[in-house]
Amino acid sequence: MSDLIRLKNVEKRYKNGVTAIYDLNLAIEKGSFVFIIGGSGSGKSTLIKMLYREEKPTKGQVIVGGLDVAKLKNSKVYKLRRKLGIVFQDYRLLPKQTVYENVAFALECIGEKKDVIRIKVLKALEDVGLKNKVHEYPDKLSGGEQQRVAIARAIVNEPKLLLCDEPTGNLDPDMSMEIMKVLEDINKRRGTTIVMATHDKEIVNKMKKQVITLKEGHLVKFKQKGKYEDEAI
Amino acid sequence: MKLFRMLGRSIRDAIKSVIRNFSLSLASISCITITLIIVAVAIMASYNVQNFTKEIEKDMTIVAFLDNDATEEDVKEVEKTIKSISNVDKYTYQTKQEVKEKMQAESDVFDTVLKNWSDEESPLKDTIQVKVKDVQKLSNTAEKIQKIDKVAVVRYGSGMVDKMIAAFNQVEKITYGIVIALIIVTVFLIINTIKLTISARRREIGIMRLVGASNFTIKTPFIIEGMILGIFGSIVPILITMYGYTAFYKHFDGYLYSQLIQLIKPEPFIYQVSLAVIVIGIIVGMIGSASAVRKYLKV
Ligand SMILES: Nc1ncnc2c1ncn2[C@@H]1O[C@H](COP(=O)(O)OP(=O)(O)OP(=O)(O)O)[C@@H](O)[C@H]1O
Ligand SMILES: [Mg+2]
Repeated sequence: MSDLIRLKNVEKRYKNGVTAIYDLNLAIEKGSFVFIIGGSGSGKSTLIKMLYREEKPTKGQVIVGGLDVAKLKNSKVYKLRRKLGIVFQDYRLLPKQTVYENVAFALECIGEKKDVIRIKVLKALEDVGLKNKVHEYPDKLSGGEQQRVAIARAIVNEPKLLLCDEPTGNLDPDMSMEIMKVLEDINKRRGTTIVMATHDKEIVNKMKKQVITLKEGHLVKFKQKGKYEDEAI
Repeated sequence: MKLFRMLGRSIRDAIKSVIRNFSLSLASISCITITLIIVAVAIMASYNVQNFTKEIEKDMTIVAFLDNDATEEDVKEVEKTIKSISNVDKYTYQTKQEVKEKMQAESDVFDTVLKNWSDEESPLKDTIQVKVKDVQKLSNTAEKIQKIDKVAVVRYGSGMVDKMIAAFNQVEKITYGIVIALIIVTVFLIINTIKLTISARRREIGIMRLVGASNFTIKTPFIIEGMILGIFGSIVPILITMYGYTAFYKHFDGYLYSQLIQLIKPEPFIYQVSLAVIVIGIIVGMIGSASAVRKYLKV
């Protein structure tokens, strides 16, 4: 029972009739680092969205950290969200707040004490290598740095699971590798399970992590130490 | 502790929003102000009217004069009929002898005049004094009593008071209408103010949802913003209540139309009215913000 995520016969059909995921069965172990790859429209984002209950599966069961996500009432979704961190391609920072305030925001929202917030925020910023930019505003930072702020915000509450939807999508290869190093570090040092959807062939090939390959909503492969296989996509 | 921290945050956010959407906030506040001024004046007027009509009503009695030839049985019969009228509260029967003694006791002039009359000459009659439950139906009840056999004449409190009370009731009804219309406009304005705040903070709300803020945490700042609009809107009406009513009272020395209408003393009346005004302000603000939250903040 060391699976953090389990999907059973999951189907996602959007209201417009498009089926984004067909009959998906999947188990992700605690502490693993998993890439989700696949062509555009293959269902990567949809899968991630179901994990944090932005979307509900139309069929099947999604279990995340012991919570039956599909059965979770809207008013209880926050319980799931507190167990995980989420990072997007577009960072989603608050432009009028400093790096520190952006990260602290996640803890203020859940009613954490000020001194606890301070300790946790500084720790998270140290983990992503931004301890010297604490009082900067996001628009003064490079894309890679902004994404690291977003990662710090996602891990500040020490979640078991970190979901990333194309976190390097807006970054050049060097910055992308920087982000990957930060993520690998978090995975190793904090033991955080990481699930990351990506297009980036080079990253997947370099990291040699588990790889889930989706094609038009179907799971085609789940490999340990996988590679980006063009023919599968 | 945690709740206080979250409330502190909510209040801070709410005040920031009021300042950020200054023009629309000001419109909402002005509308609440106007509404509450009318509410305050209406409350004060209505309580004063109630107060002095109660005073007058205490003295409003129907007096039924019985025929001179009424026997004891007749009197019993009349009493029974009066008792059966639903608006009758209580009644007392006085023989002309009792009336005479009472009048003699009341003034020396009556005393001398009445002493000189023999029982035969006396214009006094046996009377039944009737108190009614509802003064508005006074004339109707008097008519009913008038129709009873052996009842000669019926007198009751002046018609002017009757009409005055009816007129005040009319004014009260119209005021209710105006206040309700104003509250609807106010709520509508508040909804739009809060809607603006919600759209200005879409990004923040999205992040709050992602990091696991509860619905309560997300909603509360907006509800508090509505309450703050209500509180700001009640400042001027409260000042008007406190200083305006006191000045009004002093100016008329506590009475209107000589001694007929006695005004309610300012203390503690103005504090009670002020409390009512701020509570109404807060409630109206909350209704507005709660509907905006329900409509535009799908949580
Ligand atoms: N909210 C939605 N409503 C309707 N259809 C949607 C919605 N979101 C996604 N889809 C459809 O579902 C399918 C899968 O979309 P999804 O975003 O999961 O793909 P993806 O693998 O993340 O693609 P990309 O690599 O372009 O981000 C697509 O056909 C898309 O058009
Ligand atoms: Mg996507």
